[in-house]
Parts: sequence; C-alpha cells; structure tokens
Amino acid sequence: MADARGEILARIRGALADRPETPEVPRDYLRALPRAADLLAERIAHYRATVHRVDAAGLPVAIGAALRRRGAVSVAAPADLPPEWLVSGVRWMPDSPPLSTEQLDGCDGVVTGCAVAVAETGTLVLDAGPAQGRRVLTLLPDYHLCVVRAEQIAGTVPEALARLEPTRPLTFVSGPSATSDIELDRVEGVHGPRTLEVLLVESRPAEH
Amino acid sequence: MATRNPVTWLGAPAFPKAAREALADTQLRANLRRATGTIRGRRAEAVGEVEQWEVLRRAGAAIKDDVLANLDTYLVRLEEAVTARGGVVHWARDAAEANAIVLDLVRATGADEVVKVKSMATAEIGLNEALAEGGVTAVETDLAELIVQLGDDRPSHVLVPAIHRNRSEIREIFAREMPDAPEGLTDEPADLAEAAREHLRRKFLSARVAISGANFAVADTGSVVVLESEGNGRMCLTLPETLITVMGIEKLVPTWRDLEVFLQLLPRSSTAERMNPYTSVWTGVHPGDGPREFHLVLLDNGRTATLADPVGRQALRCIRCSACLNVCPVYERTGGKSYGSVYPGPIGAILTPQLVDDPHDAQAASLPFASSLCGACFEVCPVRIDIPEVLVHLRERSVRARGRRSPEAVAMAAAAWVFGSPRRYERAQRLGSLARFVARGGTISHLPWPASRWTDARDAPVPAPESFRTWWRNNRG
Repeated sequence: MADARGEILARIRGALADRPETPEVPRDYLRALPRAADLLAERIAHYRATVHRVDAAGLPVAIGAALRRRGAVSVAAPADLPPEWLVSGVRWMPDSPPLSTEQLDGCDGVVTGCAVAVAETGTLVLDAGPAQGRRVLTLLPDYHLCVVRAEQIAGTVPEALARLEPTRPLTFVSGPSATSDIELDRVEGVHGPRTLEVLLVESRPAEH
Repeated sequence: MATRNPVTWLGAPAFPKAAREALADTQLRANLRRATGTIRGRRAEAVGEVEQWEVLRRAGAAIKDDVLANLDTYLVRLEEAVTARGGVVHWARDAAEANAIVLDLVRATGADEVVKVKSMATAEIGLNEALAEGGVTAVETDLAELIVQLGDDRPSHVLVPAIHRNRSEIREIFAREMPDAPEGLTDEPADLAEAAREHLRRKFLSARVAISGANFAVADTGSVVVLESEGNGRMCLTLPETLITVMGIEKLVPTWRDLEVFLQLLPRSSTAERMNPYTSVWTGVHPGDGPREFHLVLLDNGRTATLADPVGRQALRCIRCSACLNVCPVYERTGGKSYGSVYPGPIGAILTPQLVDDPHDAQAASLPFASSLCGACFEVCPVRIDIPEVLVHLRERSVRARGRRSPEAVAMAAAAWVFGSPRRYERAQRLGSLARFVARGGTISHLPWPASRWTDARDAPVPAPESFRTWWRNNRG
C-alpha cells in the first residue's frame, strides 16, 4: 500500500497553493464573572440537579444526610476520599483495589470531589485528581454526589480551561445524563448517573 | 476517484425528485415542524444570553481558518503528541482505506462486536456496513442512532439522526425490534430512554472494543474531545480495552486554549444548552483509567479536494452543530433524507458535493440548488460559514461543468442580453406582465417549457401589471 500519510500531506500542500493567510483570533470575549458561587448553584439547579450550600464544618453531616435521603447504603469512593467524608451508616466501597464494573454497576452511588466548576454553564470538571478517582467511578453508579469547594469555581469556560491540565483524563459534567433525541426535547436520565447532587462548600455560610 | 464516495447513498435520486416525494409525507412534515420549531426557539435563547456571541463566532471562524491554512503542520504535530502519549495514529485517504484499517484493528482484538458512539465521520464512510461485511457487528449506542439502526432506516439530521420520527413511531420501533423491550412500553420520552438504557447496559459492560468520532483534537497536546448527552459516549470511551477514533483531518484546534471558544459555541448552537451533559477529553492512553489501546484514524475522504477550493474550503470549518438545518425553510419541509447523504441541510448542500468531488455526479450536483438563499443558515452558523456564498459558487461550478448549452447557461446569456440595453429590458418587462394570464391565486404553478423546469419545483410569483419604470413615467414623469 502506498504511503497514505505522505499522500495526504502532499494533497494538503497542493490544496494550499494559494497560501491563505493565518488570521488574527479575536479574544475579547468574557473571562471573569462576579458572584460565581450563586451563579453556579443556580445554573446546576437549572439542569435539574440538586445543590446544597454548606460550610466546611457541616460537610460530613451534609454528605450523610444526602446519602440517607437517597437511601444509598453501598457507596463507591475514590481511594483517596478525605477520611472525614467517609461518614458512618454507609457501607463504603473504596476503589482500592480497583472495583469491578459489576461492583460499580451494582452499588447505590458514588461520592467524589472535582477539579474545577464552571459557574456560567453549571459544569463540574473531574480530572482524576484528588478525591476523584478513575472516570468509570462517576459513570456506572446511578447516583453521583459531588463536593465542590468555593475556590474551585471558575466564572467562565475560558477561566476553567486555563486551570485544567489537558493531558489528564477529563470529564465535564453538566447535570444528570440526558438526551434531546426524542423530538429535540431534553429528557433527563439515560446511561450516565440519572441523579446528580452537589454540595457547595463555602467558608462562610451562604446568605440565604 | 477509484470508488464512489459513500458520503452519498447509492441510488439516491436528485434533490428535486426526492423533495417532491418527501413533501407529500404529512407526518414527516409535522414531526419536523415540531422538532425544529422547539430547537429554534431554545437556541435563540441560549445564544442571546451570551453578550459577545459575535466575538466568539469570529474567534471560532479565525481559529478554524488558521487550522485549514496550516493543516499539514498541525496534523503532524497532533500525530507526534498522540504517539508520545501511547496512542497509534493511522492515515486514510478515502472511505475504503479507513474502513479496512478499522476492520483490521477490530479483528486483531478477536472481537466480533463493537459499541459505537455517534459519529458523523464513521457514518460518512459507511463503516457499519463495512464491518458487517467483515463479520463484525456494530452496535450504535446513541439513542437516535439506535432508533435509526433498529428501524433499518437512514439518518436525517446531523445531531438527531431520528428527528423524522415522533415519540409514537419510536415506541413502535422499540416494541417491534428490541427483544428486551418492556411490556406495555409507553411513548413517554422518559420511558423510551429507560428502555434504551436497559437494552444497552449489558453491551456496555461486556464490550471489548469501542469506535468513536471526535468533535475536536488539540494539535499541541494530542487531546481528543467528544461532546455528548446520554453517557453512552463515556461508556464507550472508558469501559472497553480498545478504543478506535475516526476523525476528519479538519477537526483540529491548534491549542488547548482554543477549545474555550468551541465549548461555548457548540453546545449553545447544537442542543441549545449552556453546556451539554458530558464532555470527555483524553490524551493517548491513561494507565489504570480507561482503554489500554488507543487508535486514531485520520480521514481525508474528499477533504483535501474541498480544501483546494478557496471559496468552498470554508465548509471545512463546520463543527457539526446542525443549527443551519434547524433554521432552514427547505430542510424543515423536505427533511434530511431528501439530500441523499449523511450531511443534509444547508451544510450538507455545500459539504457533500465537495466531498464527492465528481462534477458528473448529478445527485451531488443537485444539492447546491436545494436552497432559497435566504441566508438564515449563515446567521446562525457558529463559525460563520457563508453558506449562501458557497451555494452560489457551487451552482456556478455545476452549471459550468454542464457546458454552455445547459438551460441555466442559455437563460443567463439571454438575461445578460436583455439587461444590456434599457429598451430590451422594458420590452421584456411588458412581455412578463402577460404571464398574469396564467396565474392562479397570486402564483404561477406551471409555465410552458423551458420555463417548466423552473415551475416544476417551485411556484413563480405573478409579475406586476406594470413595471416601476412605466408607473413612474405615467405618474411622476
């Protein structure tokens, strides 16, 4: 077989014989947004996910309460989930040694942290960093409880991407799994977690 | 080209004939009116919320123009980055070559079934059919693709291939074709989604090979990006041992930072959301997390031919959002299948004939005429593809290819002669007014040959009883 790579590159060089100019990219779009925590909470809720605002001291209680409300008994956890998040009354399944797909498919939910959250779009980004684990952990369980710390919130998409390392495995999550495939109307809940709950941790209690 | 490009469907009739048949399908028209109407309103809302939408559009267009102007450099850079991170890069000049590469890779794993993430590139090259011929079953896991596959149907929309089906038709297809469809399945979208979840769950958990497309790939870092909604993409991208991604060579962005533009443009233009539910980014192989083997197939299949046309090449900026389909008055009435290609609607009308790259293919050559040139497509395009400009350009190319005696060439030569002199022009206007005698209800539906070639596919408006020049002379002169 002739060299496809060489031929495609030669075709490209031939096609660009007119030497089109490389244009200047305008970058004067929005980068920063004020009151990002409020906006994030509002935008996540818009996707029909639940958001609770808590202070750092109240986080373990909030995790326990959320899991109880959900009725989640066996709950998967990244191997490095902070010990104070591992509240009692739950059968924790740490991902160490790695859980099998069957175990993950059969468990009641998963608790993780995140790397970055995007206020403008109500998005959580996981990068397999601290308290997040492998990508599959937040995929197979039907319930995902995600903890976001206030300093992890970026106002806009450009601000969020600047904080991320692209060569890590990244998953952007905006609400529960959904589809628009039936009459172009959004329905929540297909293959990914059908319920997403977010605990937003702020240093001061929210003014509500 | 040695073999025909499967981007158009074998035996598909030219657009005017296909459109006439589609127009008679009242169910189809009702389904499309409803779906495109819903999404048009939502898109306007999602876009209206972003103050600098115009800046983002210009940025998107400029980044893509940069990619096209330096495509060779960026492709080589991408290849280096993917390889350095443990991926394997393959190059395919055409559909047949890409299909052969993928089939060989699947066979090497010993698997006889693969799960697939919705991908325009693999639909374009007819990968599923090629795999089937090679004894490999491809299971589509996107809900709309599954509906098309189970219904033994063809796609009619870039984003939602089953847009021509309403909920009760989908229920019927599931009940008939899904062996494990629940008893008493209703046509509630939530129930239908649940049925798909149950049907595919075991396939995901046992799949050894997945095949995906790519929305973007970052040349600098080798990162590949897939946007989706359901989580079927994540299943395919993380569970199997082997992942094969087929990507058109134009789907690059130069740097990670450039994605900040497209992750804003695409979801709002496409599903009219601030952000789609899931976006996955991976770079080569991540030890202990996801597939152990990653293959990236870079596909030409007519793209370099498209790149060679300085006017037409802007079609390669397309990020497959489908906003132009949803606003197109022609698409809304004829549906996607009339275009005879996986790329329907305004973008299909300019992309398909360029990918086919055969001036003697009458079906592909008919596509640039499937437009009223109203310009709505250009207005919504997130990367500012001037679709009307390319349509006119391709029409000109196709008329020129048909020679100087084609009806258009004769008509245009006659028009040039008439417009060349004020006296000839006025006389022609007076003659035109006589056409009022064949009008019914304000329009003319049938004119004698050769004008019948115009009125076969459209109504002509009735000419005014007198021209503006005559009126001016009589009233103001």
